[in-house]
Amino acid sequence: MIPPERYGSIGELLLDAMLQFKTETALLEFSRKRTAHELSYLQTKREADAMARKLADAGIEAGSRVAIAMSNQAAWPIAAMAVFFRGAVLVPIDYKLDGPDQQKLIAHSGATVLVTEYGEWREMAKVKSGELALTKVFVTEPPPREELPANHELWTIGEADGSTPALPIVRRERSDLATIVYSSGTGGSPKGCMLTHDNYLEQFRTLSERFPQEIGDRFFSVLPSNHAIDFMSGFVGAFAAGVTVVHQRSLRPELLRWVLQEKGITHMAIVPLLLEAFERRLDEKLEERSTVEQALVEGLRQVNAAFTLDKPRAWLSNKLMKPVRDGLGPDLKMLFCGGAFVDPKRARRFYELGVPVVIGYGLTEAGTVLTVNDLKPFRADSVGSPLDGVELEVRGADASGVGEVWVRGRTVFAGYLDDPEQTAEALHDGWLKTGDQGYLDPSGHLHLVGRSKNMIVTAGGKNIYPEDIESAFEGLDCEEMVVFATGYVWPGSERAGSDLTKEQLVAIVRPKGESPLGDLLDDLRKRNRSLPDFKRIGGVLEWSEEFPRTASMKVKRAQLAEALREQAKLDALVEVQA
Amino acid sequence: MKREDLLKTLMTLAAKRFERDLAELQPSDDFFAKLGIDSFQAMELMTDLEDEFDVEVPDYELQGVTTFDGLADVLERRL
Repeated sequence: MIPPERYGSIGELLLDAMLQFKTETALLEFSRKRTAHELSYLQTKREADAMARKLADAGIEAGSRVAIAMSNQAAWPIAAMAVFFRGAVLVPIDYKLDGPDQQKLIAHSGATVLVTEYGEWREMAKVKSGELALTKVFVTEPPPREELPANHELWTIGEADGSTPALPIVRRERSDLATIVYSSGTGGSPKGCMLTHDNYLEQFRTLSERFPQEIGDRFFSVLPSNHAIDFMSGFVGAFAAGVTVVHQRSLRPELLRWVLQEKGITHMAIVPLLLEAFERRLDEKLEERSTVEQALVEGLRQVNAAFTLDKPRAWLSNKLMKPVRDGLGPDLKMLFCGGAFVDPKRARRFYELGVPVVIGYGLTEAGTVLTVNDLKPFRADSVGSPLDGVELEVRGADASGVGEVWVRGRTVFAGYLDDPEQTAEALHDGWLKTGDQGYLDPSGHLHLVGRSKNMIVTAGGKNIYPEDIESAFEGLDCEEMVVFATGYVWPGSERAGSDLTKEQLVAIVRPKGESPLGDLLDDLRKRNRSLPDFKRIGGVLEWSEEFPRTASMKVKRAQLAEALREQAKLDALVEVQA
Repeated sequence: MKREDLLKTLMTLAAKRFERDLAELQPSDDFFAKLGIDSFQAMELMTDLEDEFDVEVPDYELQGVTTFDGLADVLERRL
């Protein structure tokens, strides 16, 4: 691992990494089961050098802004590195957004150059027509006869041979802007988080103290690369440690699993939904085995759990749990999980099966990660303790110690682009008001209970958080579920003669396939009864459309509430209390 | 390559991989229904086609494609 302390910018650190690890494999991209690209660190540098020259020709220099809108693939980090070699500011755009939204963010960011793939580009009408003023647009993989507009250029990786000398790297200061990252907040004006080189280099330093990665490790990059977690663990941090970053162009579950099982993946960052999918897969694998074998696995799990109480013992877990591990990913050392609530029972199960699930908490406005568990010992009940250099306070705590989480440190962002109002709302004397509610336990571990803005104050004066209630219904046999306060979805819509429209909690449930809601009600009622009175949900509403989600798979509550307001019928609400 | 030849090669490969009688397949058929395959198997068929035509087709090009005719369109664009 390259210690980041002596580097002024991400570009300088990455350039050194490319030279230091030059014979190692930097990038491995699969297109279904075909190897699309396999690039050494030296080749990766050559590719980035070639792109840096193209960017220079397009007028990109220190401080210019370059947007990338591209799904996870080898070209992404190459383009990003080229941007940093030019001393420019990177604007990573979520590839899952639709074309008009992407264009809005590109325009807002002030980017003059866009790097994108054909599948994204064809949805960007204003980019194609030239209405969005860009000096240059680089497009990968257009069909052979596609005519690109005049300011466009086809870009292909895998062809740089190093024959053209590299341009000297443009140096930057730690305090200079490195990226403008649009946080996944929904509605309102775009929130472009301005992050500096210091934010990232400091984040890398503290994270690698807790979770050092090494040459030979293989990181599977599946979360969108514009997202803070993948940007750090599947790009900056991975390259600074000589790790191989693996991409799968086809996001089909079968093919993701194939990479995990066959391609020596050691690390992966995921969101809770994926962890749930992995668990289902594990269960399927186990169910295929005989009862005797299942009992054996269960016995081994308990033995493994007993011997790894204080810390993970990879060699032991690998031996004991081999049959199960092979079904998931035989070389997996660790899964990083964050971005939403992680079911502690599920995380513990994985740990006991020999795959530590590291749970953390962070937000784009604070680099990547603020708190994370350290596995000494393994804990699944909290989001971990603050990283070195992170000051964390719980402010305005109520009687139970729950208050708003405020943080200060070198990873906290510089503010929102061109938005002094929202910046002033978030930053106070160097402290970032996270908008998350939580409490610190006696060991200094943070526990989150919900978002401040989702908090509901009950008639009895108690604060409750929909996220907290949702966790009690984890694993309910449905596609998706979310909890709302009726007053949030239908403000002021009291109906005479019905209790259902008073301020109370309702579960919005998307049932599986054709199965009716009724099948779930027993389980739902049972779980509901186990909650304290004031946390119980009063009704449940069936909803057939997929919930809108952010890049990190969090439900876009405001958007869903709006859809519910417009389309859902309150008459269909099924009572579950009593 | 002519459109008819492309379609013929495509359907021959599909018939072979999923052990169907070529004569039963029509260009306008929904290949999921006709071959009784899921989307992952359709991907495998696509990989066969890519090898046959020495072309690469990104997954996003295949969204919404359900017929042999549709597959031929996608391949034609990339040839």
